[in-house]
Amino acid sequence: MSENKEIDAVSGTSTTGHEWDGIKELNTPLPRWWLLTFYACIIWAIGYWVVYPAWPTVSGYTTGILHYSSRANVAVDLADLEKIRGEKMVALASAPIVDIEKDPALLALARARGKAAFGDNCAPCHGTGAAGAKGFPNLNDDDWLWGGKLEQVLQTIQHGVRSGDPKAHEGAMLAFGQQGILKPAEIVTVANYVRSLSGLPTAAGYDKAAGAKIFADNCAACHGADGKGNQDLGAPNLTDKIWLYGGDEATIIETVTNGRGGVMPAWSARLDGATVKALAVYVHTLGGGQ
Amino acid sequence: MTIGETCLALIFALAVLLCIYAASQAHDAAFAFHAYVSAAASAVAVLAIFNRYFERPAALAPQEIDGRPNYNFGPIKFSSVMAMFWGIAGFLVGLIIALQLAFPVLNFDLPWIQFGRMRPLHTSAVIFAFGGNVLLATSFYVVQKTSRVRLAGDLAPWFVVLGYNFFILIAGTGYLLGVTQGKEYAEPEWYADLWLTIVWVTYLLVFLVTLIKRKQPHIYEANWFYLAMILTIAVLHLGNNPALPVSFFGSKSYVAWGGVQDAMFQWWYGHNAVGFFLTAGFLAIMYYFVPKRAERPIYSYRLSIVHFWALIFLYIWAGPHHLHYTALPDWAQTLGMTFSIMLWMPSWGGMINGLMTLSGAWDKLRTDPVLRMLVVSVAFYGMSTFEGPMMSIKVVNSLSHYTDWTIGHVHSGALGWVGFVSFGALYCLFPWLWNRRLYSLKLVNWHFWTATIGIVLYISAMWVSGILQGLMWRAYTSLGFLEYSFIETVEAMHPFYVIRAAGGALFLIGALIMAYNLWMTVRVGEASESETPRVALSPAE
Amino acid sequence: MSVWTRHQIFEKNSIILLIGILLVVAIGGLVEITPLFYLKSTIEKVDGIRPYTPLELAGRNIYVREGCYLCHSQMIRPLRDEVERYGHYSLAAESMYDHPFQWGSKRTGPDLARVGAKYSDEWHVTHLRNPRSIVPQSVMPGYPFLASNEVDASQIGDHLRTQQIIGVPYTDDQVQNAAADLKAQVDPDSPGADAFLKRYPKAVARNFDGKPGNPTEMDALIAYLQMLGTLVDFTLYNEKANLR
Ligand code: HEC
Ligand code: HEC
Ligand code: HEC
Ligand code: HEM
Ligand code: HEM
Ligand SMILES: [Ca+2]
Ligand SMILES: [Ca+2]
Ligand SMILES: [Cu+2]
Repeated sequence: MSENKEIDAVSGTSTTGHEWDGIKELNTPLPRWWLLTFYACIIWAIGYWVVYPAWPTVSGYTTGILHYSSRANVAVDLADLEKIRGEKMVALASAPIVDIEKDPALLALARARGKAAFGDNCAPCHGTGAAGAKGFPNLNDDDWLWGGKLEQVLQTIQHGVRSGDPKAHEGAMLAFGQQGILKPAEIVTVANYVRSLSGLPTAAGYDKAAGAKIFADNCAACHGADGKGNQDLGAPNLTDKIWLYGGDEATIIETVTNGRGGVMPAWSARLDGATVKALAVYVHTLGGGQ
Repeated sequence: MTIGETCLALIFALAVLLCIYAASQAHDAAFAFHAYVSAAASAVAVLAIFNRYFERPAALAPQEIDGRPNYNFGPIKFSSVMAMFWGIAGFLVGLIIALQLAFPVLNFDLPWIQFGRMRPLHTSAVIFAFGGNVLLATSFYVVQKTSRVRLAGDLAPWFVVLGYNFFILIAGTGYLLGVTQGKEYAEPEWYADLWLTIVWVTYLLVFLVTLIKRKQPHIYEANWFYLAMILTIAVLHLGNNPALPVSFFGSKSYVAWGGVQDAMFQWWYGHNAVGFFLTAGFLAIMYYFVPKRAERPIYSYRLSIVHFWALIFLYIWAGPHHLHYTALPDWAQTLGMTFSIMLWMPSWGGMINGLMTLSGAWDKLRTDPVLRMLVVSVAFYGMSTFEGPMMSIKVVNSLSHYTDWTIGHVHSGALGWVGFVSFGALYCLFPWLWNRRLYSLKLVNWHFWTATIGIVLYISAMWVSGILQGLMWRAYTSLGFLEYSFIETVEAMHPFYVIRAAGGALFLIGALIMAYNLWMTVRVGEASESETPRVALSPAE
Repeated sequence: MSVWTRHQIFEKNSIILLIGILLVVAIGGLVEITPLFYLKSTIEKVDGIRPYTPLELAGRNIYVREGCYLCHSQMIRPLRDEVERYGHYSLAAESMYDHPFQWGSKRTGPDLARVGAKYSDEWHVTHLRNPRSIVPQSVMPGYPFLASNEVDASQIGDHLRTQQIIGVPYTDDQVQNAAADLKAQVDPDSPGADAFLKRYPKAVARNFDGKPGNPTEMDALIAYLQMLGTLVDFTLYNEKANLR
């Protein structure tokens, strides 16, 4: 390969003597810093293999002198977290729910815990500000389907509504239209009657007396004779202009025709007891707690 | 007719029948569509073969004319044009998905154009269609020039470029119709995979036989990298894609590997698609086009040797850095991390060789925007191969993984390195292939600056959003509770998604300027006997 | 001869270069991948993992088809914030019947490895139709078309058979009754539902999309989402035995 070697005028380095389509190559030695850094990386890697699990073998792998495991590590990290959260968290887990709001430190902790858990677990349904969405109740107001006392809120969160949990709130709004209990015309009438309960305008020419009668016969059992609802049954108050599904005529007709039965999951299986408690406190202190 | 022509015509004729039969039996509409398209394409292939036979002189193109190699430029021209076409298509789809993330109404509730189907279209269009055609074009050009022989095969090179682009067509239309294997960068379904295998093996043979025929005693550096790319991609493709179709008349298949093994196969493949397709292949481009354009010798032959072997050896091991802290065993993660770190210097070997080749010619950067593009691409290469090993460190990855930081890293490599080196090579190739003078250097300059600003906007937005996202996910309040809910982090990304889209738009505009420039070069550019004397006087195909 | 001149053997012979490259690139993959197939520690010992029901499998195929994995991971890492946010870190065993795996590489949306049973079916229907109607800040596309597409039950047996061949432990009984099971799972009161539950103990039969009639793609996808991460009972899981 020596035949065509020449010295490159610019760099003063010799070429290798090859040429392809006018391209030559210099025979510059490996840059020293490059080589040393490369060696350093290799040595570091070897060191790492000594310390950490690295090489597979016939029946296992080299565990390294630290016997490191990312799974063992996270358990340690979580335990450390409990230390940051401190004794109060233990107190929170054991305190009766009604006492939490009396202890400012405990309350602050519960609210902080509650806020954190709410964002990832409840906000997808109830909204980041807990203001709800169609079919998912607003938790800020003082209108409660299942009761706004701490124990009631706790019960709802723990076991949910129609969630399949044995202790869940059950019972649903019947599908009066689908099941043929009411005729479409009657449904329109009662829908207008329901609107009148909260002072909303009603369709021209609707028969109020008929509406009242249909309501008393079919709805009062759950929503009460005055339409103020019944928290034991989860039947909403129909007189307060706060709607779960919507108060326009079409939506009410849809509700009465097809029935409703929103599902709120049970959280006691997914979240630990202290967290569920904290959530109850958090929700309770959002504004509407009773 | 030659034996090759006869056999190929027969095979395609048979393929027409088979495809029509398959279409008639199809279990799903997408498969039927693909079968019909394949039948039509096969019929066109038969016609094209006959047409070519009747049009061509009785003797095949000679290997040499007047003692000079009679280079085969036809397939190269085709691939160069396709590269430009797919590039613009891929960048456009990139821009659309970037806008969809910023403004989700742009999904329009339609199945075909929603983000989840468009994103693989984007990645495949830019990597395999744009990048792949650049690789095909340059590799066929470089291997001929540096071996001083005509490309091996008569129909084979055409089969490779046409077959490859047909694969892209099937893959891309498939994604929009919901045909996917659900493995990143290997989404094409079983029949597209099989077809690609045939095309790719032919590619390997054409390239290898050309090398074997060479009139140069030594194989040039660039060709080592091309060969490593072609061979390893074949191995990776075969390793990652084995699948069993539910029916031979349906598009759906189930990948043979499952769970953790599938994950390891996938990222062995995915990482080395980066390592061999987007790195080794494009380094090959650098090794030819940079010295050529700078008219300087390669900086260091010895560095080429060491970094070549080290690069291809070490790259293969680094896949598990895509699976840090997953259910992949810790030992494998360690290997992935340590080999990624060792990969740093071999990667930089290429950068050093590219940049230092400029020594003595730095002044050319002021006057030649094409060279500037090539050099900046090498700088981006250096940057992303520093960032990559850094992101491979487990503590860093615990933050960066799953976030936009990865996207920023990808695009500093993809836009800065792959994009710019391809643009530089195409700006060289078009004039050389068509024997023209480049229409306008001023427009190249405009392209350079629009695209550069676009890249800077894109990657800085993604770095900020990625790190912000990673920090928000792991932020704890002083009381020890998670500070942000997931949806708050989604909200926080919005401004960066808008900036990224703006950057992408600039990059796309740059590419459109380029397309116009190249179009004008081919259409109205003056013949350039004087400027580029190296172009072989080969009869145009 | 210096080291550098020795290299000429590769430069002068394309076949030797080819073989050299092949050998060099083969090593890493072999060392990293092969042990995953034979090392017992790779996949944890844990109870509860079962193959997907036909409906869940159909749902999973829709998940793959729509490219949900491009925004959602299904891999909770053993890092404290992830474990707190999403639940117990994912096990290799939990995806052992996944062809292909769907761990994902980008979290534009939250991890879904344990989304099963977290929300109601109704929430999923609303959310998949129009995510922003319920989560205003969401950037997820809407998939209203899923509700009107019926799942093609005629092929599902072939799907199970194919999975069986590549190693998913479906019984012949399950393969043969796949089409019936697919339908029974959305119709808990039908006579087929009991047979279905016998073949897939602990699976849930429910009308996922809330509409009567044959299973829709919405049913299938929600059936899949609702079982994600629910198979392992972590109160019984032996953490210490499965460190690796
Ligand atoms: C799948 C959606 C969903 C999720 C997630 C959810 N909820 Fe609910 N929640 C509902 C629905 C629906 C109702 C109303 C049930 C009904 O119609 O009676 C409800 C009701 C409630 C109520 C009772 C409201 C009242 O007026 O009595 C409380 C309290 C509540 N949710 C708190 C929470 C908390 C705390 C979380 C998180 C741990 C949470 N919810 C998560 C859907 C959800
Ligand atoms: C079996 C008990 C029951 C009876 C009878 C009943 N309801 Fe209901 N109703 C409910 C429950 C429970 C809900 C809440 C459903 C939910 O939370 O998803 C409800 C909800 C409603 C709503 C939706 C309120 C909103 O905020 O959107 C309307 C309107 C309504 N009922 C009207 C009626 C009318 C009119 C009748 C009679 C024709 C009737 N209900 C009979 C239990 C009943
Ligand atoms: C463009 C990205 C994107 C795509 C594609 C996407 N999602 Fe989402 N997804 C999100 C975002 C962002 C959220 C968080 C906000 C929300 O709840 O909508 C989310 C939330 C979810 C959730 C709620 C998770 C939780 O724990 O709160 C589910 C379930 C879900 N997506 C399922 C799917 C399915 C199934 C598909 C495919 C058919 C899909 N997603 C496609 C971005 C996406
Ligand atoms: C106009 C220019 C481009 C724009 C606007 C763009 C935009 C995007 C967007 C929005 C994504 C999805 C990110 C996410 O899911 O969060 C993406 C992904 C990707 N793009 Fe681009 N892109 C462009 C050019 C390119 C080019 C030139 C390449 C390669 C050569 C490329 C390669 C990729 C890859 C590999 C991914 C997947 C990354 C991952 O999964 O981690 N892109 N791009
Ligand atoms: C030494 C070189 C490199 C190393 C060690 C490296 C390392 C990494 C790491 C650690 C990730 C993130 C994985 C994750 O957390 O999910 C990544 C992602 C990625 N890198 Fe690199 N990188 C290198 C060079 C490059 C180059 C030059 C490109 C060229 C385009 C590139 C393209 C990509 C792509 C496309 C992804 C996204 C993969 C996905 O879909 O998740 N990388 N790389
Ligand atoms: Ca594939
Ligand atoms: Ca990815
Ligand atoms: Cu990688």
